[in-house]
Amino acid sequence: MAKSTWRRPGRMVPSLLRSLFRKPATTRYPFVKWEMPDRFRARPVVHTENCIGCKMCVRNCPSSAIQIEKKGEKMFEATIDLGRCVYCGQCAYVCPKQTIELTKDFELAAFDRASLVVVYHAQPPKPAEESPAGAEPTSAEQG
Amino acid sequence: MPNKDKIVRVPIGPQHPALKEPENFMVDLRGEKISSVAIRLGYNHRGIEKGCEERTYVQDIYLLERVCGICSHSHSTAFVQAVEEIAGLEVPARAKYIRVLIGELERIHSHLLWLGVAGHEIGFDTLLMYVWRDRELVMDLLAELTGNRVHYAMNVIGGVKRDVTKDQFVRIASVVDALEERTKYYIELAMTEETLAQRLSNVGYLSHEDAVRLGTIGPTGRASGVDRDTRRDDPYAAYAELEFQVITDTHCDVFGRTLVRLGELMQTYSIIRQVLKQMPDGAITVKAPLRIPAGEAVSRYEAPRGEDTHFVRANGTDKPERVKVRAPTLANLQSVAKMLEDGYLADLPIVVAAIDPCFSCTDRMIAVRGIAEEKTMNWEELVQHGVRWYRERGIDPARIVMRGDGLA
Amino acid sequence: MSVGTAVLNILVFPGFLFLIAFGLAGEFVDRKLYARLQNRVGPPWFQPFADALKLFGKEDVVPEEADRRVFHLAPVFALAAAVAAILYIPLWGHAAVFSFDGDLIVVLYLLLIPTLTFFLGGWTSSSVFATIGAVRAITQVFAYEIPLFVALLAPSLLANTWSISGMAAYYSAHPWLWLVNLIGLGVALVALLGKLERVPFDIPEAETEIVAGSFVEYSGRRLAFFRLAIDCEAIVGISLVAAVFLPFGLNLPLGFGILVYLGKVLVLLAVLALLRTLFARLRIDQMIAFCWKVLAPIAFLQVLVNLIVRELI
Repeated sequence: MAKSTWRRPGRMVPSLLRSLFRKPATTRYPFVKWEMPDRFRARPVVHTENCIGCKMCVRNCPSSAIQIEKKGEKMFEATIDLGRCVYCGQCAYVCPKQTIELTKDFELAAFDRASLVVVYHAQPPKPAEESPAGAEPTSAEQG
Repeated sequence: MPNKDKIVRVPIGPQHPALKEPENFMVDLRGEKISSVAIRLGYNHRGIEKGCEERTYVQDIYLLERVCGICSHSHSTAFVQAVEEIAGLEVPARAKYIRVLIGELERIHSHLLWLGVAGHEIGFDTLLMYVWRDRELVMDLLAELTGNRVHYAMNVIGGVKRDVTKDQFVRIASVVDALEERTKYYIELAMTEETLAQRLSNVGYLSHEDAVRLGTIGPTGRASGVDRDTRRDDPYAAYAELEFQVITDTHCDVFGRTLVRLGELMQTYSIIRQVLKQMPDGAITVKAPLRIPAGEAVSRYEAPRGEDTHFVRANGTDKPERVKVRAPTLANLQSVAKMLEDGYLADLPIVVAAIDPCFSCTDRMIAVRGIAEEKTMNWEELVQHGVRWYRERGIDPARIVMRGDGLA
Repeated sequence: MSVGTAVLNILVFPGFLFLIAFGLAGEFVDRKLYARLQNRVGPPWFQPFADALKLFGKEDVVPEEADRRVFHLAPVFALAAAVAAILYIPLWGHAAVFSFDGDLIVVLYLLLIPTLTFFLGGWTSSSVFATIGAVRAITQVFAYEIPLFVALLAPSLLANTWSISGMAAYYSAHPWLWLVNLIGLGVALVALLGKLERVPFDIPEAETEIVAGSFVEYSGRRLAFFRLAIDCEAIVGISLVAAVFLPFGLNLPLGFGILVYLGKVLVLLAVLALLRTLFARLRIDQMIAFCWKVLAPIAFLQVLVNLIVRELI
């Protein structure tokens, strides 16, 4: 099909008229929710039952967003400031025990800075050798 | 009254709808014609290079990634390559190919974004909406591959963080096919739409001699015939094993820059297909030491806007001694004043947009030597200078009260 | 007609309230079509009304060095001129509310007043961007006004009257004769884009070049008046084009006549929205060249055709 190559205005008319009858490319967010793909890096969650208190995450965090505090024998409490977190995933990557998981939850806006500080309370370690599937591959697995 | 004899000074920026990022162009107008332009930089200086010295190498990857949103992978890869060179690490082949893949996907993202912004600057919002709708394809793909739409966080010292699976290969191939169809449509549109040609042709002319003298690089320079591309001249990552053409053009105006970027998009699709076919199996990272031995390295990367240079000096600790970033827009910005000479005010937005400015990349510390009044200040002198400057304008910094809680 | 009826006509129908409501509805149709052509969702039906309401609630800031009186009065005059113009245009049926021989020229002059107020408002704003925008607005007038005038006068040459209502009556008596004026319809639509300052002729208000042109320093109520004036001007311009170039269906009973009128307005709005979506913005020198080298000759061609046809019938 030979396409005309001479210059004239209004070249987009066929595309434009076709768009009138197609579904719009934009969505009516927030009335229509948008699902991000799996392994999207959003709100981090700490499974404190696996934490061994090595504080590799604290040392590696680019923005000092995570703090680990010892609450007892093998019981560690994690505090993440979501306002400082840049959702890079480095903490999940370096954790030797796959304790940190970055979920898909990205609707994190808040009216008040203080409410962005999330505390993950200390949990006793799990008896069986079962760790949740972490979203991030860890450096331990790469070798 | 702006008649032909009197000069009116118009400040374009730092806040202006034409600019996506703050910069100041003081334009002297005669009627509608520009007689001269003075460029003032520095509004986006955030102290990133100093911040790099206080953070470890791992933290610096993420800091440098955030120098810019659209060239984020360029900065992080350039930095990581410099550190790996100092430490003498041999990055596995698969990791190099994955870096190329993400880098080229970022180039698609950047060029499509540029095409939309160019359409917006000349009042062609329809082009903006259509191109950015197609850009969503590559952004969703990058979200699937890397976990985010910008700031991909793929690099670690010694390799990449995430692998690419076979299913993702299929997905990448389908996105590339779809985008190639759309790019062909935009190339045809650029060649045949009359109002587009009227606004882009003979605008922002920069001759080949001027381009070389002012040091323009990237698509801006290539549109004036400056045949430089770091991927071919100084191959990094896996580019030595890939075949592609460097697109140059002789139009020397904004139309040429459009054609160069569209041509580069077509080349990028071909590169990605080669990467998918040739990607070797193997590990994706090697173990990197925490403390990088003393040494220096300069690393160059072909960002979507041109050659991005990083200089890293290590001193044996886990924090770098000095990181210097030279972004491509700094090299291209000086040619804007030349391009705007004898131009129309109406052309200023598109001429500035045609160099694909990224002022966040550009604003670093530079020392200008050899001028008559050479002056440097240390921190205390700078603070005093600031206090004096504000007091002269009637604002007393000592009386400013901070409300609410600042950052801890 | 009595004073009471006249006041009702001016304030309610087809004057102030009707025109503003219709203008807001027209803006919605234009924005929705613009969005759908760009594959977007577009605003909901009440968006222009919500925008106007929001602007009325905002603070009205006046620059210190601006000429206060002109700055305050310019938007009011723009709205008043648009409302005054609709009174002379027959919407459905043969007669407008007020008509006399020569009211076509009066309407054209009334439609020029909003552009003059954009110029004055921008000029007295004492801002560089506003001054540039004002100068561009006036320069643009020299480009599109001649083709618009000539194209609108061509059908009146055929009808042998300077009154729009007279033209409506003439063309209703001679069905299908309006087809001769189709070239003029095309010219008038393109020139109307210039008058309404829409892409490709939105040079006085080029957002990416001079921020907002003449309206840079306006905010709150004054800006709401200006925007309402632009919306009303759009409806008035479209009604004028419909009355002059599409004078069919004027003999139908009231209900059908209204539907035909609404249909004409909708089609013309759709065409203007399509033209707005299709092109990039031209530079002022390119626009002047285009209007004088392409548009004006075609308008004069229409005049020639009409003169020939007048001799033939």
